[in-house]
Amino acid sequence: MSREAVGRILAPAVLGIVVLAAWQLLTAAGAVDDYLLPSPAAILEQMIEFAPTLVGSALITGGNALLGLVAGTVVGILLALAASASRLVDHLAAPVVAGLAVVPIVALAPVLNTMYGADSQLGRQAIAALAVFVPVFVNSLRGLRQSRPVHRDLMRVYAARPAQEMRYVTLPAARPFVFTGIRIASSLAVISALVAEYFGGPRGGLGGLISTSAASSAYARAWAYVVSAIVLGLAFYLVTSAMERLATPASTRPGRAGGTT
Amino acid sequence: MTAQHAVVVDTVDKVFGTGERRVVALDKVSLTVAAGEFVSLIGPSGCGKSTLLRLLADLDEPSAGTITVFGKPAKQARIDQDYGIAFQQSGLLPWRTIAANVELPLEVHGVGKRERRERARELLELVGLADFLDKHPDQLSGGMQQRVAIARALAERPKLLLMDEPFGALDEMTREYLQGELVRICAETGAAVVFVTHSIPEAAFLSDRVVVMSPRPGRIRAVLETGFSSADRGAGMREDPSFFAAVTRVREALGAAHHEPEALGAAHDEPTPHAEPVA
Repeated sequence: MSREAVGRILAPAVLGIVVLAAWQLLTAAGAVDDYLLPSPAAILEQMIEFAPTLVGSALITGGNALLGLVAGTVVGILLALAASASRLVDHLAAPVVAGLAVVPIVALAPVLNTMYGADSQLGRQAIAALAVFVPVFVNSLRGLRQSRPVHRDLMRVYAARPAQEMRYVTLPAARPFVFTGIRIASSLAVISALVAEYFGGPRGGLGGLISTSAASSAYARAWAYVVSAIVLGLAFYLVTSAMERLATPASTRPGRAGGTT
Repeated sequence: MTAQHAVVVDTVDKVFGTGERRVVALDKVSLTVAAGEFVSLIGPSGCGKSTLLRLLADLDEPSAGTITVFGKPAKQARIDQDYGIAFQQSGLLPWRTIAANVELPLEVHGVGKRERRERARELLELVGLADFLDKHPDQLSGGMQQRVAIARALAERPKLLLMDEPFGALDEMTREYLQGELVRICAETGAAVVFVTHSIPEAAFLSDRVVVMSPRPGRIRAVLETGFSSADRGAGMREDPSFFAAVTRVREALGAAHHEPEALGAAHDEPTPHAEPVA
C-alpha cells in the first residue's frame, strides 16, 4: 500500500477507534448516564440481538429509497431532456422545480401517508422520488448544455442527424453531470424515506423502529437502528459515487490537467 | 466555374446583426481556389477570414453571393463530405480514444468497424502518431492533439482541407514542425487547402497564394503568389532570401491593409457566429 493510501484509510480508522474507546470508557465509568448516551458495547449488543429486525427494517427503508431514487432519476432525466430540447418546457419547468426544491418532507409526509392509506409504502417512495428528482433534474439539464461549440460545428460538418449528435456529443458530455446529480440524490433518498416513516403509514422501517424504540426507553436499541440507517445511507452513497467515477472520463475529473484545447 | 476548381467564391457578402449592431464581416469577396492549391487567408482581427472559412464549410450562410465547392453549392459539398476541417481548438472528444476520435466521421457515416479501425491506423501513421491509438486526448500534447485533428479531417479522403488557425495555439517550434508535416501531408494527399492564419511567415511558407484581407468591412486587399513549390518547402527554405522576400511582400501588403490602429479592433472584433447556445 502506498503511503498516501495508508494515510487515507488508516487515519480515519484510527480516529474512529479512539473515539469509540473514549466513548466506551466514559459510559463505563458512569460519567454519562446510560439513557443520555448508551455505550458502544450496549449498542453493539442490541445490534446482534436484533440483527434480523435490523436487516429487515433496513431492507424496507432501503427498498423505498431505492424505488424513489430510480423513479426520481428517470423522471428527472426525461424532463431535463425535454427542457434542453424545448425552451417552452424549460420555462415551464423552472418555477415548478424551484417550488419542489423547497417542499418540506415533514409537511408532505403526513398528507401522502394519509392519501395512500395506512398499509402502503407508496407515500414514502413518492417522497423519496420527489427529493431525488430536483438534484437529478438540475444537474442533468446543466450537463445537457455542456457540449462545446466546436463539437457542435463538427457534427454539422459531418452532416450528423440530431439523434447522432445526441449520441456522440450531447449525452457523453452530460453523463458526468447526471451521475453527480444521482450521487447527491442518493443520500437524500435514504433520509427522505426514513423521515417519512415518522408520519404514519406502516411500521417496520428503520424510521418507525427508531421512534418506537426511543418511545419505549430502549435507547441502545434506538441507537442500533440509527447505526443501521447510517450504514444504509453510506451504502447508497458509495455505490452512486463509484458509478459517478466510472461515468466521468479521466480528463474531466477535477484535479487533473486535461481538456482538448 | 467547373469542377476543376476546388472553391469558387462569387461576390459574397456576410452581414451580422441589424441596426446599430450591424457588422459587415465580408463585402463583395470573390476568390477561386484551384484543385490541389494551397491558399492562405491572412489579415488583422475582424477582416472576416474565419467568417469566410465558415461560409466555405457551410457552417454559416452568405448574406449575398454564391459559394461553390467542387462545382456544387457549399451545403451539398458538406453533405457529400467533400472537405475536411480543422479548427484552432483540436475539438477532440475527451471521452474517446485517439483512434475513436479519428474514426468519428466514419462512424457517423456508417462505415464498418474493421474498415474504420484500419483507416484510423493508416491516418495516425500519416501524422506520426500510430503508437497513440488507445490513448486519450488529455494524454497528448497540444501539438499532438492538432495532428490527431488533422488526421480526423482527412478521414473521408477529402480533396479540400479547410483549416482555421490550426497551429494558432502552439509554440513556435511545434508550429514550424507541424507546418513541415502539413506540406508533406498535402503532397501525399493532393488536397487543396484553405488556411486561415495570423502568422506572416506561416502564410509565406505554406502557401501557393496568400490572400491578404482588410477589416471593416472585410475585403480582399491583395492576392500574392509566393512562387514556391512543395519541393522548395524544406527546412532550408526558412533561411533562404526568396523566403524572406515573400515574407516582406506579405508584410507590406498587410501593412497597407492595416492602416487603422489595432486598438479600435476590440470593439469590432470578428463576430462569433456560433454564440447561440443549444436551446
